[in-house]
Amino acid sequence: MKEIALYALDIAQNSITARASRLEITLSETPDAITFTIVDNGKGMSPELLAQVSDPFTTTRTTRKMGLGIPLLRMAVEQTGGSLVIDSTEGVGTTVTARFRPGHIDCPPVGDMAGTITLLLQGAPSLELRYTHVIGDDSFQLTTEELRAQLGPDISLAEPEIILWIRDYLQEQETFLRENKGMKA
Amino acid sequence: MKTLAELQAIRDRMRSQIDLREANDDRIRVVVGMATCGIAAGARPVLNALLEEVNKRDLKNVTVSQTGCIGVCRLEPIVEVYVPGQEKVTYVKMTPDKVASLVSEHLVNGRVVEEYTIGAAE
Repeated sequence: MKEIALYALDIAQNSITARASRLEITLSETPDAITFTIVDNGKGMSPELLAQVSDPFTTTRTTRKMGLGIPLLRMAVEQTGGSLVIDSTEGVGTTVTARFRPGHIDCPPVGDMAGTITLLLQGAPSLELRYTHVIGDDSFQLTTEELRAQLGPDISLAEPEIILWIRDYLQEQETFLRENKGMKA
Repeated sequence: MKTLAELQAIRDRMRSQIDLREANDDRIRVVVGMATCGIAAGARPVLNALLEEVNKRDLKNVTVSQTGCIGVCRLEPIVEVYVPGQEKVTYVKMTPDKVASLVSEHLVNGRVVEEYTIGAAE
């Protein structure tokens, strides 16, 4: 994958497949590490599944025998000298922490996080999502709670007009956050 | 700079339209494969372009949604179009550039864009 944001989108889709209703996505950038953390309240994994989950020939789906999302992410972080940690408890949820080393030549750019968050909400509009992006001392946060407070209960976040508004809003906030720090996107 | 309060104005404008949408059974469904294979091949910009085009043309009878791996990963990004009463059409190797003609030809005018379909690719 070409962007860290695409890995985040792929891994967060696992949470939705695991029937999570709450999702916290945090992206943190420092000179030493770009880290994304995804915390869900999905159904979680058994210790047996957790032990095998980085194996490309492990999957929970029944149509095919391989699952490449987590193995690809593990390869991407490890080839920058970073790490992937997955904690999971059955019936409680899963936390995935992926840490990239930005100084390494193989580290992909952060990419379009606004696009990632937007498409997660488009696919799962009833999700309770909290997204936080931290760059150094600056940060930005968006919660679906504050969006719904404005919209009321009867309008879906997946309505094209709403979801495109959210994307534009996030893009503005992301640019603002990055310009403040004078870092390249 | 946008503020969250702008959503209230959009909400008020949309409330009148929602009844109209729910009454409509003949919806066209457009489904984008968004598993690892789709995402890696570029499904995110394709889905974004679809949403933009559908919104720009104000197509009230079209639902854009996401699904997992459709099964032909080498032909991703894949977009499936379900028009009620017609056979499903599968578009393969989609790009944001191809989306405008898919929407105008197929979703608006009802003409399948043969050159982008799986039949033309295989």
